[in-house]
Amino acid sequence: MNRVSLERKVLSENDRLAAGLRARFAAHNILCLNLISSPGAGKTSLLERTLEGFPREMRVAVLTGDIQTDNDAARLARFGFPVQQITTGGTCHLDAKMIERALERWDVANLDLLLIENVGNLVCPASYDLGEAAKIVVLSAAEGEDKPLKYPSIFFKSELLVLNKIDLLPYVPFSLEKARENARRVHPGMEILEVSCTTGEGLPAWQSWLENRRAQLANAPAGAAT
Amino acid sequence: MHELSIAGAVLDSVRREAELRPGTRVLKVGLVVGELSGVDSDSLRFCLEALVRDTEFADISLEISPSPRRHRCCDCGETFTVADYQTVCPACASCDTDCIGGTELQLSFVELEEQ
Repeated sequence: MNRVSLERKVLSENDRLAAGLRARFAAHNILCLNLISSPGAGKTSLLERTLEGFPREMRVAVLTGDIQTDNDAARLARFGFPVQQITTGGTCHLDAKMIERALERWDVANLDLLLIENVGNLVCPASYDLGEAAKIVVLSAAEGEDKPLKYPSIFFKSELLVLNKIDLLPYVPFSLEKARENARRVHPGMEILEVSCTTGEGLPAWQSWLENRRAQLANAPAGAAT
Repeated sequence: MHELSIAGAVLDSVRREAELRPGTRVLKVGLVVGELSGVDSDSLRFCLEALVRDTEFADISLEISPSPRRHRCCDCGETFTVADYQTVCPACASCDTDCIGGTELQLSFVELEEQ
């Protein structure tokens, strides 16, 4: 009997494709962000408000993943920026191959910002690198504040937590303080923004975060992402 | 439930290793599943067993080693296992610690025998 040591990542094929995407984004100075949440936390709403606030000349595109329907793409296409729906047909996450295939239809060199809306799921998308500069996790006040403790992987791997639906706070038993504390137990120092996509509260801070992140990218050496 | 696609990736790798070594049979596959990898070991085992059924890998045995979350202190260099999300350094109480383990999802080895 012969034991062959491999010490190889199981998702090495996905990681290889993601590294290729990351290199392409770096070469064209594109900020790619991967938005992840459970279904209904408000990823699409956050993207709607984000696109709505951009000037027409903004070089932004959106890839939105769902198991079925192109409802989200229809919602997002209203703002006049390129949007593509990735329908996974049952798969609970996006992978690097799906992103690569979708990008074949666009001239990536013409973009400054690529926003990816992952399939609504706090578990599986955490395992798949899409070549993004950062993962962003969205959690809404309509969910439990213990989500970070229940799904630590995604909260640990995300650079930013967007706490959405804060307009509902008077009506739901959700403690912002507890949610923040839980997120930072899993991910010490995690950046947290509180927003309401319905009232617009907190959105300026989100827009500033995006601007800062783009500025950071412009100043950072290529390929520095984790 | 992404363990099925992950099991598929494991099986692809195992198949590639077997093809590189004609005349051998794969007996065992070793995996390391990190606590923060987002992968459930039982579910991964279930999916792999389902995938290998009626293939040449049907008798394969699977060794899954869990990998706990480990941190290293940026101030004193202490390395420690994180239990109950307690990431403060147990040696010097510094809050400035980095994750050095627990996120991995590794194919660590295959065991083969000559046929």
